Amino acid sequence: MNEVVAGRRAADLAGAGASLSVRNVTVTYPNGVTALKDAYFELGPGTICGLVGVNGSGKSTLFKAIMGFVQPSHGEVRIAGLPDREALKRGYVAYVPQSEEVDWNFPVLVEDVVMMGRYGHMNFLRIPSAQDKRKVAEALERVGMTAYRHHQIGELSGGQKKRVFLARALAQEGRIILLDEPFTGVDVKTETAIVELLRELRASGHLMLVSTHNLGSVPDFCDHVVLLNRVVLAAGPTARTFTQKNLERAFGGVLRRFSLEGGELHADDDRRGVTVLTDDERPVVFYGDRRGESEPLRRKDDEDKS
Amino acid sequence: MSELLSPFAYDYMLKAMLVSALVGGVCAFLSAYLMLKGWSLMGDALGHSVVPGVAGAYLLHLPYAAGAFFAGLLAALGMAIVKQRTRLREDAIIGLVFTAFFAAGLLMASIYPTAVNIQTIVLGNILGISDEDVVQVLIISGVSLTLLLLKWRDLMVVFFDETHARTVGINAGALKILFFTLLAACTVAALQTVGACLVIAMVVTPGATAYLLTDRFGRLLALAVAIGTTTSFVGAYISYFVDGATGGVIVTLQTLLFLTAFYLAPKHGVLAARRAPAAAPGMVP
Repeated sequence: MNEVVAGRRAADLAGAGASLSVRNVTVTYPNGVTALKDAYFELGPGTICGLVGVNGSGKSTLFKAIMGFVQPSHGEVRIAGLPDREALKRGYVAYVPQSEEVDWNFPVLVEDVVMMGRYGHMNFLRIPSAQDKRKVAEALERVGMTAYRHHQIGELSGGQKKRVFLARALAQEGRIILLDEPFTGVDVKTETAIVELLRELRASGHLMLVSTHNLGSVPDFCDHVVLLNRVVLAAGPTARTFTQKNLERAFGGVLRRFSLEGGELHADDDRRGVTVLTDDERPVVFYGDRRGESEPLRRKDDEDKS
Repeated sequence: MSELLSPFAYDYMLKAMLVSALVGGVCAFLSAYLMLKGWSLMGDALGHSVVPGVAGAYLLHLPYAAGAFFAGLLAALGMAIVKQRTRLREDAIIGLVFTAFFAAGLLMASIYPTAVNIQTIVLGNILGISDEDVVQVLIISGVSLTLLLLKWRDLMVVFFDETHARTVGINAGALKILFFTLLAACTVAALQTVGACLVIAMVVTPGATAYLLTDRFGRLLALAVAIGTTTSFVGAYISYFVDGATGGVIVTLQTLLFLTAFYLAPKHGVLAARRAPAAAPGMVP
């Protein structure tokens, strides 16, 4: 009996609770602009989901709706089966902000920022316990920032800054982690490190929703994709959803597009062609028969090791 | 020697020094937050906006704090409405509303000169503070200090990252309202010590000075409060000898400390920057 309870509890902690349901969510701002219309998708534990769309497509509105900043005029967000307000109160959702949102001159050290992740676990005076300190140390270790814990946050490089806020999300022990443009202004080495960490978290049952412009890396690490342009254009497993056709619908004329096929590419009469889609960051490259579904190319060094 | 101790022999001097120190400490506590958000001028605006409330309260024999608070609230409301209804920028709105209130206060005090001396409001008069006013200042400062000591960490998270504050279950909206209520209350308390014109120094300078001296918010708070308390106490003490306006002495002391930090601060001072131009921020190992 006890074993069953313990087992259920472990499963719960491992992320059985890490689910996100966005059900027919419509958000209309007071000025009458409908930023999100009838959005519907469901994600389960152990998922990295890319949130892809042009600027103004409702990505940040969706984040705000998930975090309860804006109240949907229709529909509901449920987190781990709970209404989002309840889930937020329990600290289930951790948020990694965009770099531009952070005041880097704020007088806090790296370890202070990570400790902020523990506030939901503390009593109302917010005095850190030994456990809080241990969790902070672990989180810093995991992102490789232990050596920098006594630095003021403005002294760090772009990638290090990102890792600090990831460590805060880890210390918070949120089941769902929202990452807002985590790869902007980050070098390739750090990007690889962040992706590596996200995969580890996926393995331990976390659910991550990553908004990104970086189309080329989406097939590298996202197993699910939500394509957004005020409505959810497509949502589902990457292989099925992240297609050339869907991307062109999501981005309209915004993307640059190059195609090479036929004699320009092959000496023989191979029908496959190369299509490059880019919004001037990392491009996504499709290779295959245009009539069939072409597969987005992935980086070799990023092949899933698991 | 006995000459130097003589201020301590007078009740009114003791009262002035202790009340100044308390108010200086609480204002300094708030300054640590205010200057980080670029909201420093709100302190100035509030300090001037409460003047008609003070004049009106004396006129009607009400507690001056109540009148001041009412006027401050009205000013905040006025700013909110103008902001909502026009496309004017925030600084223009602040300038517009607070001068309107200040002018109304001057007018009231000069038409009914018996109610309150205009100089008392503008320059403060801690040496002549009445016992009822002392009680009001003590209540405001005591309550503010208690709330700040209980909630300073939560406020820090709200000021640093409001989104995150919400995800760990902190009610950011309520805390911001609390902060501005305390700010209004403390500028009212500071009116007595330094007057309406210099209130802004009390809620900016100590925090700004401490900011140059440390990279940790907790230490910044402690330093700011220490600076605010000490300068206010010593300022009141010195004003006994120079026979000058207490507010002027206090703010001059705070400014001197700021200049010292500006030049000598170990990491962020002018000298430190000159000493090690190579090891600029970002070049850390």
